Amino acid sequence: MADSDVILLDLWISVFGARVRIALAEKGVKYEYREEKLDDKSPLLLEMNPVHKKIPVLIHHGKPVCESNIIVQYIDETWHANSPPLLPSDPYLRAQARFWADFVDKKIYEGAKKIWTTKGEEQEAAKKEFMDVLKVLEGQLGEKPYLVGESFGFADIAMIPFCIWFYTLNKIGNMNIEKECPKLAAWVKRCMERESVTKSLPDAHKFYELVLEMQKKKGQ
Amino acid sequence: MADEVKLYGFPGSPYVSRVTTALNLKGIKYEFVAEDLSNKSADLLKYNPVHKKVPVLVHNGKPISESLVIVEYIDDAWKGVPILPQDTYEKAQARFWAKFIDDKCTPAIFKAITNHGEEQAVAEAQEQLQFLENELNVKGKKFFGGDNINLVDIAATFIAYWLGAAEEALGIKVLSKDKFPKITEWCGNYINCQVVKDDLVPREAIVAFFRKRFGNA
Repeated sequence: MADSDVILLDLWISVFGARVRIALAEKGVKYEYREEKLDDKSPLLLEMNPVHKKIPVLIHHGKPVCESNIIVQYIDETWHANSPPLLPSDPYLRAQARFWADFVDKKIYEGAKKIWTTKGEEQEAAKKEFMDVLKVLEGQLGEKPYLVGESFGFADIAMIPFCIWFYTLNKIGNMNIEKECPKLAAWVKRCMERESVTKSLPDAHKFYELVLEMQKKKGQ
Repeated sequence: MADEVKLYGFPGSPYVSRVTTALNLKGIKYEFVAEDLSNKSADLLKYNPVHKKVPVLVHNGKPISESLVIVEYIDDAWKGVPILPQDTYEKAQARFWAKFIDDKCTPAIFKAITNHGEEQAVAEAQEQLQFLENELNVKGKKFFGGDNINLVDIAATFIAYWLGAAEEALGIKVLSKDKFPKITEWCGNYINCQVVKDDLVPREAIVAFFRKRFGNA
């Protein structure tokens, strides 16, 4: 079956888009990549994701799948014949994978954003809260190579794109995430050994420049 | 070996209701452990150290947290009535709507409630509800799951039962019948399902809760 009928509407700098790119790469799925502009969304994007009008959107046989974690599961289930499996087969471990992907969704994005959009006391509070969240992930990793079980999977895919934000957070927040969370740092290194990850992640320095630009525009 | 299933929660929680409905659908026998949220048990804190919230399902000593994660786990771990569609595309759509309800719909409704039916807040909540109304319209069926309830119906439990109680408690209207005929009909159908009805607390209790918590603008 030709997988040319797979289109990804995306934004290269997006951590959510990166999740999908990693999943597609892990499964060896060939697809057409289309870069969207946030301030000039394509008619196709608005048609395929009328509810949220956001990327990423995976269009498979003309039908859209939205929300990055949902897309990753869809990819795993649709191309289940391609290894590796992205979710464990054991129901309990699957639930753990979903729980941690959900945890990343709830805690990482907003928590990190707060650090570069605030100053002074508010920023200090945001930094502490964010480090507490990372420490929870540090605890979950423990002596394991990956977040859930022994293989790279769904929970890791949900979190790994955010590692490109660490450079920005360390610089703007005057933090040292790698020093405070050595297990997480080791896990990042381990994930970066995968071609699917290195090929899918945006450049950390470019992201930093983007954030600086955003701050300048807002007069911060 | 017999399965040991425990559910930590408090009756009257819409999130706990999602789980009891799923358990009932599969015909699973379980022990309900009532929690006092102002005095959380050592067990709850042990089983859900990350969020310290209910519901938590403990299956043969292993805990699962977050209501939608639990519902999917129940579908994975036990055979019987399916909660998610079999088709991978339909499955993705069901997950999408369940997430939409949690991420967009319920928070907007809550804002309307806590703002005592302020016009803008109600309008925003209705904007989100319109997506669900359209979805039911397109399906043209009794439930989001078609002829039978599925993950989406279960995710929307709050709208089916708790919203009406909040509206009564505060004298506000968000889910008006003329604007949302399909959802209104769905609410009646959903709470009439035995698997849902069996564990619903009396409506007056929920009305009283909202009145006490958010009443007197």
